[in-house]
Amino acid sequence: MRHEKIEKSVNLMMVLIVLAVSGGGLVELVPLMVSPEVTEPAEGIEPYPPLRLAGRDVYVREGCYNCHSQMVRPFRSETERYGPYSIAGESVYDRPFQFGSKRTGPDLARVGGRYSDEWQYVHLMNPRDVVPESNMPAYPWLAERTLDAELVERKMRRLRMLGEPYTDEQIAGAAAELEGKTEMDAIIAYLQELGTNPRVRR
Amino acid sequence: MPTFWHIYIAAGTLITIVFCGWLIAWSAKQGPQNKGDDDLVGHVWDGDLEEWNNPLPKWWLYLFFITIFWGLGYLVAYPGLGGYQGMLGWSSSGQYYDEVDAAAARYEPIYERFAAMEWDDLVADAEARQLGASLYASYCTTCHGSDARGAKGFPNLADGEWIWGDSEQQIVTSIKTGRNAVMPVLTPALGGDEGVTNMVNYVRSLSGLVEADAAAEAMQPMFVTLCSACHGADGTGNQLLGAQDLTDEIWLYGSSEEDVRSTIVNGRNGIMPAHGELLGANRTKILAAYVRSLSLDDSAAGMP
Repeated sequence: MRHEKIEKSVNLMMVLIVLAVSGGGLVELVPLMVSPEVTEPAEGIEPYPPLRLAGRDVYVREGCYNCHSQMVRPFRSETERYGPYSIAGESVYDRPFQFGSKRTGPDLARVGGRYSDEWQYVHLMNPRDVVPESNMPAYPWLAERTLDAELVERKMRRLRMLGEPYTDEQIAGAAAELEGKTEMDAIIAYLQELGTNPRVRR
Repeated sequence: MPTFWHIYIAAGTLITIVFCGWLIAWSAKQGPQNKGDDDLVGHVWDGDLEEWNNPLPKWWLYLFFITIFWGLGYLVAYPGLGGYQGMLGWSSSGQYYDEVDAAAARYEPIYERFAAMEWDDLVADAEARQLGASLYASYCTTCHGSDARGAKGFPNLADGEWIWGDSEQQIVTSIKTGRNAVMPVLTPALGGDEGVTNMVNYVRSLSGLVEADAAAEAMQPMFVTLCSACHGADGTGNQLLGAQDLTDEIWLYGSSEEDVRSTIVNGRNGIMPAHGELLGANRTKILAAYVRSLSLDDSAAGMP
């Protein structure tokens, strides 16, 4: 009855469970953490400039990821609709990444440039003005709220501590770039560059 | 990935599998081997229900070994052991490109057949229109609407008014490379609020929306100076610049006094994004022909 020892000792059970689970983690996760395909930026991928960084945080705050994914998977049905499939190097400056897991709305990984700024504005103010069938909520308050330049600067400094190559000039120039901008401007700037990096189809 | 990590992954995977095999074989040998041994686990329910400490049934035990051999076979056939690519040479991108090639072999000849047709025939072709309608539904409805009647700021494609022209070359260009129509801010040039109000009245009088008063009428030379470079001296527009006809009843950004004022005070920046890369030349032409067909008299059948 040796199994009784494990079944009746919670500490021994815990140790054995940790050992069993970490076997998979050590083999599957650790190599990815040091793999250049995952840790090095893809061609054309730069750290977010201040306005887009602020827009990304609006995207996260409003929970856009609940309905929109940001990963085009390597299937023809997806690349026909959205463009070339996503690769890991495109998300290295996303903390955390916005892959998402559910598509109530379309994938946004390559939405940059697909619509005009004007369309994005109208659509965020009230999606049904341009897409009558849409069930997306309206976000009119974004147009009223201004950005906190000091907060964005601080974020950039923290991100630099995590290894993102921001220069002193970029951080110093944040306040000027954000002057007079609203959260609406920020999220449109964020969306309009998503996936616009050069990407060969094959 | 450096070689070390390939070896690390391969070794880690194999060691884990071998360890699981050993653990199952070893634990199967522990404890009583036959049902009926006087070896109770010590649980008692309802006074007399007790539990034997029995070994796993054989079929269950063998299932464990079958999964282990299946796993090893999988690792031989498919990539999984570090840098080893597997005997089948499978990769997710390879599978994707196979899928794309198969679709191209199937659909490209169809697209080519239509794209080779004369423009007028293509516009009138029922089958091509059907194909165009499905392309339209995928790529155009978000801005131009599922009925192609557009929205404020997004042109109606079915009204017969062509901002950038209705020829094959012009429609294809609109879809392929996109368009950008810029209306500049004119408040400073109009000298403030009064000038703007008079210009709004003058512009709206061009299509008979209002009767121009004397002050508005007096804006005519100003219109020629400021507006005629794009909209023409008579206000009928210019398709080369995407400047709209101000004398008809179609108003992209609205015809109310407030809307026209906003256009003059804030300017407009109308952008049609480029779709050439997404669609390719053949499908662009099919879609362009479909869009052209929308405002033809017989277009009712081809509506999206």
